Amino acid sequence: MLAALGLLLPLAGWLAVTLIGTVDKVFLPGPTDVARRVASWFSDEDLVSDVRISFYRVVAGWALSALIALPLGLFIGTYRAVQALLEPLTDFIRYMPAVAFIPLVMLWIGIDEGAKIGIIFIGTFFQMVLMVAEDVRRVPMAQIEAAQTMGATRGEIIEKVIVPSCKPALLDTLRITMGWAWTYLVVAELVAANSGLGYAIIKAQRFLQTDKIFAGIILIGAIGLLVDQTFRLIHRVAFPWMHSRA
Amino acid sequence: MTATSTASVIACRHVWKIFGSAAASVTALQDVSLEVLDGEFVTLVGASGCGKSTLLRTIAGLETHSAGEIEVDGEPVAGPGVDRAMVFQNYSLYPWLTVMGNIKFTRELAAHTRDRTSADVEAALGRAETLLRVMGLTAVARAYPNQLSGGMQQRVAIARALMSRPRILLMDEPFGALDAQTREVMHDLILHVSELEGCTVVFVTHDVEEAIYLGRRVVLMAPRPGRIDSLYEVPLPGRRTQDMKNESAFLRLKTQILERIRATSGIKTDLELLQKLSRRG
Repeated sequence: MLAALGLLLPLAGWLAVTLIGTVDKVFLPGPTDVARRVASWFSDEDLVSDVRISFYRVVAGWALSALIALPLGLFIGTYRAVQALLEPLTDFIRYMPAVAFIPLVMLWIGIDEGAKIGIIFIGTFFQMVLMVAEDVRRVPMAQIEAAQTMGATRGEIIEKVIVPSCKPALLDTLRITMGWAWTYLVVAELVAANSGLGYAIIKAQRFLQTDKIFAGIILIGAIGLLVDQTFRLIHRVAFPWMHSRA
Repeated sequence: MTATSTASVIACRHVWKIFGSAAASVTALQDVSLEVLDGEFVTLVGASGCGKSTLLRTIAGLETHSAGEIEVDGEPVAGPGVDRAMVFQNYSLYPWLTVMGNIKFTRELAAHTRDRTSADVEAALGRAETLLRVMGLTAVARAYPNQLSGGMQQRVAIARALMSRPRILLMDEPFGALDAQTREVMHDLILHVSELEGCTVVFVTHDVEEAIYLGRRVVLMAPRPGRIDSLYEVPLPGRRTQDMKNESAFLRLKTQILERIRATSGIKTDLELLQKLSRRG
């Protein structure tokens, strides 16, 4: 209820400001202009395929980084030696701006789909590794020691205690980094793209189509919200024990 | 049941534990020697920092000792083992497993399932059911730990520890986070269960009354450096009842131990300092 209000109130404010008419539409198009633009984008310019290609790039870049970050983070979080070896490097790289890697990515990967996925990967991977490692380290020591006193081997502790214990936190990490992956979309589609939501925003900027910029941003926001809610739903279904307090 | 047996199950001889190194080192255990007899219920009590938890964790094999020997059943301790189960103060249950899942967790581990036959599986199931009944958990067998009160959670932790019939039960302030009424119930429960199971119990607490009520012997430890200060035989019959807490023998021992803790903890000097400061002010 409050959540709906929190979304509707800014919308009403936006509508009010544009209806008064003191602001030029080039600077601030009204909600109706943006809605009309979304409709024409859908009917005349193939909005669906823009959404589909952007969605593919984001998910591919994010999934690739998850594929490597999850096991790597697990090792960093579990073994002191691996942490000492890899964490400083990861910390160092994650402060480097992903945007600045664009020329290198173009040089190494080229300018096709791989490059866009590569940018999103660079933007999310290094943060993700550290977050996964932190999730693993947050597993209560008593849970691990209890398993040790029950005779669990190192492998059993990882498989039967650490992984199930940090799974909910890992899903949250994946949810949060998915959000970051979407914010890197526009950057990724700077690289010789000719399709996608990010590309559409960049192109609209060139033609001063403010309503289309708004439409693109709002669409990305809406998709993000939808993905986020899906993750939360999965969380509730997959971890009933976290959501069933007495 | 095994009070007549005099074989010692746990033998600590001149055990030292030093944390850190060189200038920044802390002596957590200084030359600790302690024998625990088969079937005995021993309580370790003392001011904070006296090393009682460290001693317990060293016996469990969760900490290594710096010098000396620790033997369990004549075998030197070289890490955790299934003969020594441990109950922690809290956060040791697996919240993603139900009560029954937690109790049967050991059945997931290779250490408990080698040479498994269907008879073993059946025996284990029966064992889990028995523990549920004994610990009063039958009604909540399918509940998750975070749906239970603190007292019920500790019942699950004890049942899980007992699942593989350990010879020794090590308890590290298991009731420290419970309210007074729940504690009393747990005291009678753990006395009953340890007698039923015939296991040897080493129980760490900072509560002197708890230490006397539960223990046949109370081991008093002192801090800086952590060491054993004195040992007390509890002059009460084997089967304890709550009204014994008002008996003069109980109260005398309680006063004696409390005074000794005050004398060794450094609290007294703090009090003197406080008085001196307040006089000046």
